[in-house]
This record gives sequence, structure tokens and C-alpha cells, in this order.
Amino acid sequence: MAADRSLLLSLVEEFVSGLQDSKAKDTATGVKEGQFTILQLVEALGPSLTSSQPHTRARGVQLLSEVLHECYGTLTEAEVEVLIAFYENRLKDHYVITPPVLQGLRALTKCTVLPPGSAVAMLRSLFQDVHVQVRVDTGLGTDFVFGFVQSMDGERDPRNLLLAFKIAKNIIRRGYDLGKFTEELFEVTSCYFPVDFTPPPNDPHGITKEELIEELRAVLTGTPKFAEFLLPLIIEKLDSDVQSAKLDSLQTLTACLSQYEHKDLAEFLEGLWTSLRREVFQTSSERIESAGLAALTALTSCLSRSVLNFDSEDSLRTFLDLVLQDCKHHLCEMDLKLVWPSAKLLQAACSASNRASHIVTAAVMPSLMDQFSSRTQCSHRRTLLEVVLKFIQSVKTSQPLDNDERVLLAFRESLCSMVFSALSETNASLQITATSMLTSLAQQTGLLLDSDIELAVDHLTKLVLTEEDDKVSLAVVECAGALAELHPEAFINKMIPRLKKEIFSEPMYLETNEVVPEKHSHHAMRQRSLATLAAVSTQPSVVWESTPVLLEVLSSAHTGSVNFSVEEVVSACCSLQRIAEQVQDTEETGRCFHDFIIPRLLSLALQASGSSGCCSPLVEETVLCAMVPVISTSCSRLQPKSTASKAVSLFLHGDVSFLPDNSIPSHVQLLKVCMDRKLLIRINILCVVKVEVPEIDQLLSQLEEMSCTCSHPLPYNSAAKCFAGLLNKHSQGDFLDSLIQRTIKRVCTELDSPCSPARIQAFTLLIWVAKALLLRYHPLCTTLTDKLFSLLDDADLGPMAADGFSLLMSDSADVLNRSCHADVRIMYRQRFFSENSAKLVQGFNAAPQEKKPNYLKALSNIVNKLPKQVQVTELPALLSLLLEALSCPDQGVQLSTLSCLEPVLIDPPPALIQQLEALVSRLLALISSPAMSVRIASLRCIRALKDSSLFQILPFRARVLRALAQPLDDKKRLVRSEAVQARGKW
Amino acid sequence: MSVGGRLENANPVIFQRSGERLMTASEEDEDVHDPIDDREIFDLIRSINDPEHPLSLEELNVVEQDRVKVNDVESTVGVEFTPTIPHCSMATLIGLSIKVKLLRSLPDRFKINVHITPGTHASEEAVNKQLADKERVAAALENSSLLEVVNQCLCTKSI
Repeated sequence: MAADRSLLLSLVEEFVSGLQDSKAKDTATGVKEGQFTILQLVEALGPSLTSSQPHTRARGVQLLSEVLHECYGTLTEAEVEVLIAFYENRLKDHYVITPPVLQGLRALTKCTVLPPGSAVAMLRSLFQDVHVQVRVDTGLGTDFVFGFVQSMDGERDPRNLLLAFKIAKNIIRRGYDLGKFTEELFEVTSCYFPVDFTPPPNDPHGITKEELIEELRAVLTGTPKFAEFLLPLIIEKLDSDVQSAKLDSLQTLTACLSQYEHKDLAEFLEGLWTSLRREVFQTSSERIESAGLAALTALTSCLSRSVLNFDSEDSLRTFLDLVLQDCKHHLCEMDLKLVWPSAKLLQAACSASNRASHIVTAAVMPSLMDQFSSRTQCSHRRTLLEVVLKFIQSVKTSQPLDNDERVLLAFRESLCSMVFSALSETNASLQITATSMLTSLAQQTGLLLDSDIELAVDHLTKLVLTEEDDKVSLAVVECAGALAELHPEAFINKMIPRLKKEIFSEPMYLETNEVVPEKHSHHAMRQRSLATLAAVSTQPSVVWESTPVLLEVLSSAHTGSVNFSVEEVVSACCSLQRIAEQVQDTEETGRCFHDFIIPRLLSLALQASGSSGCCSPLVEETVLCAMVPVISTSCSRLQPKSTASKAVSLFLHGDVSFLPDNSIPSHVQLLKVCMDRKLLIRINILCVVKVEVPEIDQLLSQLEEMSCTCSHPLPYNSAAKCFAGLLNKHSQGDFLDSLIQRTIKRVCTELDSPCSPARIQAFTLLIWVAKALLLRYHPLCTTLTDKLFSLLDDADLGPMAADGFSLLMSDSADVLNRSCHADVRIMYRQRFFSENSAKLVQGFNAAPQEKKPNYLKALSNIVNKLPKQVQVTELPALLSLLLEALSCPDQGVQLSTLSCLEPVLIDPPPALIQQLEALVSRLLALISSPAMSVRIASLRCIRALKDSSLFQILPFRARVLRALAQPLDDKKRLVRSEAVQARGKW
Repeated sequence: MSVGGRLENANPVIFQRSGERLMTASEEDEDVHDPIDDREIFDLIRSINDPEHPLSLEELNVVEQDRVKVNDVESTVGVEFTPTIPHCSMATLIGLSIKVKLLRSLPDRFKINVHITPGTHASEEAVNKQLADKERVAAALENSSLLEVVNQCLCTKSI
């Protein structure tokens, strides 16, 4: 034994220090013959393995590896495990040691007794340490690949597979020499294709089928060298009946084609095409169809990429000939259902490349256009038109940069005549398709000539003026908008003058009995024209032409020189607003709006308000309301300039200098004396716009003054709103605080003197200011809301105060909402509720009997606006109050309480169950309420109560059923149907 | 009476469901009295489920609005229903379901008459007699398992 040991030591010594390679063989023989064990060898290697010289260590490891190579068969599982751990550790060592380590690992992989899981661990360390850090092993090449193939063969665990796929991907990407193992590597990975894996429920590793598919696809499509194996496999798998396998195959095909060249494909083209054609023609699944089309596109573009040799055949042309031969004849048989699949296939091929487009369109277009002109049936012509449209769109996606090779140039003339003839048809769907075709043609840059565009504009104009069908005119307007963006001149020269003429023409009154339809169609024509004017105005040059027309509509409506109805004027305003929304924000358009349109609008509004008594449609509230968004949109979107300050000076000083028309008499007096309501609406704009308003102090004080003193309801209301809107946006600070304090003081003084004439005004201001502050969580808000609570006891204002809470909690349409850029914090309602509900209950309990309804109403107003989730959690606390509210005589209170209760009843809180008796008798009493809505709401509540499926309600069953018999004979049908549903439940 | 293992009419013709009744302005007006009309009665029974299929009586064309006659003033309702096949053993059950639904949903004053459309069922007379007999209807509803089947037909899916 001792002799063996010294022999071993000398062998090691000679190998490591003496650099005699042959000693490795001797050692191995020794191990094989049982002279010494691997363990002893490792012990003997001890000093060299722990040496400080990396080369010595490398030599030591090399010896071990070489020995292992010879005698891996004799190892036990425990030994292997130790060795693997050792080698994995060594991988982290100096790079000169890596090659022998890898050799050792490779030897170990040949072991029959490889412990379970060790392959993963091994691969993982390999993956981490070898590939990423050093990569010194390119020399290992084929051996490494072979080792890998061996270790992964037959693997089942998805974790290992995922890792193995990742490694294989790296092997391929890093350009390892696959050598003769290409096929083996392919075989060993492709046997998993297509992946069929369903993760077990509650799988701790979270590996999904998609991940595996992804990784495997990356391996298989990684290199063109796999082409000869992969393509037959894909063709074979496409025959599978499993949908997911087909889909996976098609997607893999698409992915691999980005790597391949035509020579990889050549021999499989026919097979691939047959499979693809079958999938598109026969499939029922849309996903497979689109995957198949994508694969065809990828295939065609792969072929188009290939560089041609002078002697090789043009594989693209060969392939497309194949496609055309199989598909083209279907396009001629109109009644078959294969028209669309064939067209789709051709379009997929067509969109792949410029050359493909040329070949396909040249083959297909003439016959399609021939048929279009020869067929007579509308549905056929429409199908043809749609097919052509799809071709144009598919060509669009593959447009090259050079202009001389434009694909559709040859067909320009016939395409145009096709579109125009379709546009002049009477069939609506044909016209709609034609408009979208016109749009796509126009988007092909440089395809259409100016004369074509002009003709198109003529057609569109005619359609706008005459077409009655809503869908068609919508499509026409859309098309006009798209075209105008590309070719503004034609629209400026042709369409706008024509539309203008038609808009200002008076309807023909032929005979009195014909007036009604005539007038109606004329009105519709004007509406359409106005909408079209808005749609085409996207380019600044068009805007300069179209907006004067719209303004002229307004001004002539005002003067009465042309008869315009109120709706027409409103839609003119809407068109202006739409233009402001869609136009490109440039210096020029900004100037157009701020220097030209808005002053004109303001002056028109002033004129209209000045000339009270005349019947100008501009006096109408709706028109003014339509004007406001024009101004606010243009102010907020188009480079806000000076409009705000001008409007302020107009309001404060009657400064009319920037208005174009100076003939307006004595504005100053008009403003100061009448406090005209229209102007206030104008001023609302300021609250809407998100800019610093100049002279704000003066403005605020004037507004405050106005809201407190004015006697007419509209002015003081809007003044209060404006004031609130400005307060809400005013920046935080002492000024704001003192301003609010001042206002509060003033309001309170007014409110506290019971005979003051301006109490209602002060109250209005109070509510609006409270709302403005509530929205921004201003601390002074509580003062105001407390005041509001105390007003609930007020003899006159009590009911109003109760209603005020609904204003406080709801969103207002014109000011103080997010679209007006107001400062609105989230969940302000909940906050208000949680802060104040206790006060409300307290006030209710303290209040005298005749004032209690006010509290109940206030409560129901607040609760009603809360989100349902909050209601459900908060209501138990207020339950007794709500039950009280049910017996309150006010119908509004009853109704809002019932609507609050309904969601709660489905899942009643314990507090409610104790009060079931009171609840049921009150609900049943409300069934005979005089108001229909209350009856309906109470029946709903009764139904919801049954839905709760509480056993506690069972004692009430007979009573409820008896009570429900009566509403079955209610005089209102809606009540009856609710009663039927409720009774059916019980 | 219970549903057997095999369907009697495995592949019935399905008809389109009519939409919801359109709301009219007068229905929202507090002061107008809406009389009970044919459509209202039809709305009550059209959503009853067929005992065999997961379909409503309307979809199977068992009940039609034309075959519902109501006279609000005289307080009478007459409903004719058409079994899908002439030998349908479910005819009595369907009739009973319609009758129960109307009993539950209409005021007491109405006299309800449910019968099979003449000439559409083999044992038309027997079924009509059963449905017209108050005693027998009451007795049938005492039977808890039968009541359960009827309730199943009446429970509406829409809620």
C-alpha cells in the first residue's frame, strides 16, 4: 500500500512539475487496475491543487481530468458528486485552469451514474462562468458541442430544458464550430418542437409554455445551418391537427426566414407554399390565417433579399409564379369564396418588397380592373374594389425611396377612373369603399397628378352637397380631411369657394307645400358643408380660407342678411372649435386665431348683446355656449398669447381697441351699467384657461362686487362662478388668504343680517367659494362649510343650503372641473364626508323638529355623490339617520335615501339587521307614495333586500307579498314591472 | 313530468328575441294611466325558461305576442301557447309555468286563461282541462318537487 502511495506521489510529481504528459496514462492505468482510488489521487494532488502558481494548479487539474477521461466508468455516484462540486468551484479559478476543468467536466458527463440534478448545476456553472466570463474554449469546439448534446439528450424537466435551450442559443450565436454535430444539436433540440407543455397547477418554478416556445424558437432559428433540417420539420408539423402546433410552426417559420437566404430555401419552396396555401385557404382560425400570411410575407421578402447570380434562376420570380398560378384564377371567379383568401395571399406576397409588388400588381391589376368595368352587380363590384384597395394598401407598406420605380404608376389612369366611377354610383357601400381607396391612392406620394386631385375634389364637393346618406357623407368628409392635409391648394381653390357659395345660398321656396322637405335637405346640406370645412382645415393655408367663411356665417346670421337657423350657427361654432383642436400649432395659426378669429367672435357677441330686442340667433344661449369652447380651446392649445389680457381689459375698462369693428356704441356704459350676462359668459373663459391672468386683483374685486350686488340671477351666478374658478387656481399665499378672509367676512355680514336684500347673492358666492376651496384642500374651507351647516337652521335659506351640498359634491360642467385645469385633488368628496358627517349628525340631533328635513336632505345630497364603495363602508354609522330620512315627507330626500340604501341592502351590515322591522315597514309604506320614482325605488329596495338572502327576512315574507299585490295594479307600467320583479323574487 | 335523460326535441328551431319595450314619454308622465296591454303580458312570460333547453319560451316561439289577449277593463287575460312538437310531454309544465307566472305578477282581479294553440298538440283537450282546473293547479303547486321545477323555469337569467 505504501509503495502504491509513493508511486502515485511520484507520478503526480512528474506530471505536474516534470511536465511529462505520459504519466497521466500511467496514473489512469493505476486507477483502472485498482492500485489506487480517485480519492487517493485527489489527496496526492493536494499540494499542487493548492499551489499559488496558476500553472501548477492547471497541471494538477489536467492530470485529474485526463485520468477521469480514462476511467469514468468506475466512478460511484458519491464520487461524481464530489468531483462535480470540485470542478464547478474550479471554474471560478484562473483562466488557464479552465480548459482542463472543462475536460474534466466532459469526462464526468460520460458517467453513467450522474446524480440527478447535477446536469443542471453543471450546465448552470458552465453557462455562467465559461460563456460569459472567459470564452477561452473555442478550441474545444466540436467536443464541447458533443458533450452538450450528450448531457441534454432525453432531458424532461422543463427547468433544465429552458436552461439547455439558452445554452444552445449561445452556442449558436457565439459561432462555435458545430462541425459534424450540427444535425445532432438540431435533433436533440428539435425533438421538443412544437412545445407541448402545460405547467402543473401551482407550479413553483413558474415556467410557462410561452417561455419554452420562445427559447426553443431562438435555438432553431438561430442559424441557417439548420435550414435543411428545420424546413422539412415545419412542413411536417403544419400537417398536424393541433392548432397550437400549426401556429407555432408558422411563427417559427416567420422567425427563421429573417436569417435565411434563398439558397437555404430553394428546395423547400414548393412544399412550403403548398402548406401555407392550405392553411390560408382552409383554416377556420383567424390567428393561423394571419400567421400564415405573415410567414408568406417573410418568405417573399427573404427571397427578394437574395443577391442573384447571373446564371442562377430568379427564385423570387419562380416562387411568385407559383403563387400567382395558384391564386390568380380565383380572383376571376367572383362567386367563389376563395376570392378573399387568394387576394390575401397575393397581398401578403405583394407587401413583402418592391420587386414583389411590381410582379404581383402587374399580373393581377389589369384583370381586376377589367372585371370591375364589365361586372354589373353591385356586390361584385364592391368586392373587386375592396380587393384593389387592399392591394394598394399592401403596396404602400413596401414603398421604396426612388421615385422612378413607383409600383402603381402604370395603373394610375385606370385606377382613377375606377375610383371616380365608383364615387358616382348610387350604392352607398361602393361609395364608401371608393372614398377609402381615394385616400390610400392620395397617400401614395407622387402617384396622383394635380389634375386627378382636382377631379377628386370636384367629386367630393358634389358628394358633400348632395349626398343624403349619413355613412357616405361621413366617409366623404373623412376622405376630404385626409386629402386636404396632402393637397391643400386644390381644396382652397375648388372646394371652399364652392361650399361657401352653397352655404350662403337661400333655400328655394318653390311652392308652400314643398317647403318642408326642401328646407330640411337644405339645412342638412349646410350642416354637412360646415362639417367638411372643419375637416379639411388641418393645414394653416386652408385655415386662412375656411375660417373666414365660418365667421361670415356668424356675422351674416347676426345681421340677418342671410337666414341661418340656430343649429346652423351652433355647428359653425363647433366647426371653429374643431379646427382649433386639430390644426397644427404653428405661429401662423396661432396668429390667425388670436388676432383674427377671437376678436371677431368677441365683437360679434358684443354686438349681439348690445342690440337686444333684435332676433339675431347669436343672442341665443346655445350659440353663446358654443362660442365659449372655441375661445377656450384656442387659448389653451394654440400658443396662448395675449387674448386673456385683452379680454380682461375689455371687461374692466371697456377697451375695444383690439376689436375690428369700432362701430359698437358706448361700450363702457354697457358694461358697467347693465352687467350684461353675455359678457360674463365670456369671462368664464378666463377661468377655463390655464394661464396667468393679468390684473387679477382688480378683476377679482370687481367680480366679488358684482356677485354681491347684482340683482339679476344670471350675472351674479356667473360672477360667483368666475370668482371661484379664479380662486381655485390662484397660487397659495398670504394674498389669497387675506382675499378669502375678506370675502368670508363680507359674505357672513350679508348673511347674518336677516333683512339684507343680497342674502341670496351672498349665499351663492359662499357655496361657490366653498367649492373652489374644497377642491384644492384649502384650510379656510372649513370656515365656509361650517357656515353652510349653520345655515341649515336658517328659516329662509335652510332648504337652499341643503341643496347647496349637492352642488358642493358634484362636478360642475362649465367651471371648476379638471378639463378647465382647475386644481382638483383626488377624493375630495370622501374627505369632506369623513370630516363633516359627525357634524351633520350632531346638528340633526340638536335641530328643532321643523328643521330636521334640511339636515336629512343635506345628508342624502352628500351621500348620493359618494362612490358606492365608500357608501357601503360609511353607511352603517348613519343608518338611523337614513331610516329617519325615509319617513321624511320630502320626495327628493326619500328618493336619494332609497338610492343610497339599495346597494347596501344587497349585503346588509349587522346594524341594519337589527332594524329590519323599521326598515321593511318604511319601505312598504313608500310603495304607495304619490311619486312614481319613489314607488319604483322602494320596490327596488325591497327586491334588493330579498337578494341579500338573509334568513332574518323570512318572517316578513307574507307581509311583503301582500303589500306587493297592490302595486301590481299600479297605474304606471314601470311601477308594475318593478313590482312584478320584486314579487317574483319574494 | 321530470326531465328525462333524452331530449324529446333535440334540435329545436330558435327564433329571434324581441328587444326591450321602448319607453315612451307618457310612461314617464306621472298623471297618465298606462293600461295593461298585450305587450306587457308578453313581456312577463317571454323570458320563462323552457324546461328542456337553456332557451326562453320566446326563443322557441312557444309564446307569441299575437297569441296574448288582454282586456284590462274586464280583467281577463288569455294566453295561447304552442308546444314545439305535437307530442311534447312538457306542454302541461309549460302551461303551468305560464299560469303561475301570471298569477304571481298580475293583480287579483284578473281571470287568467292559459291554453294550447288549437291544433298544435296531440292531447290538447286534456292539457287545457288540466290548466283550467283551479283545484288541480292548486294541488300541483302543493307538490314541492313540481313547484321547484316551475320556479326553475320562472327564475330569470337577466338579473
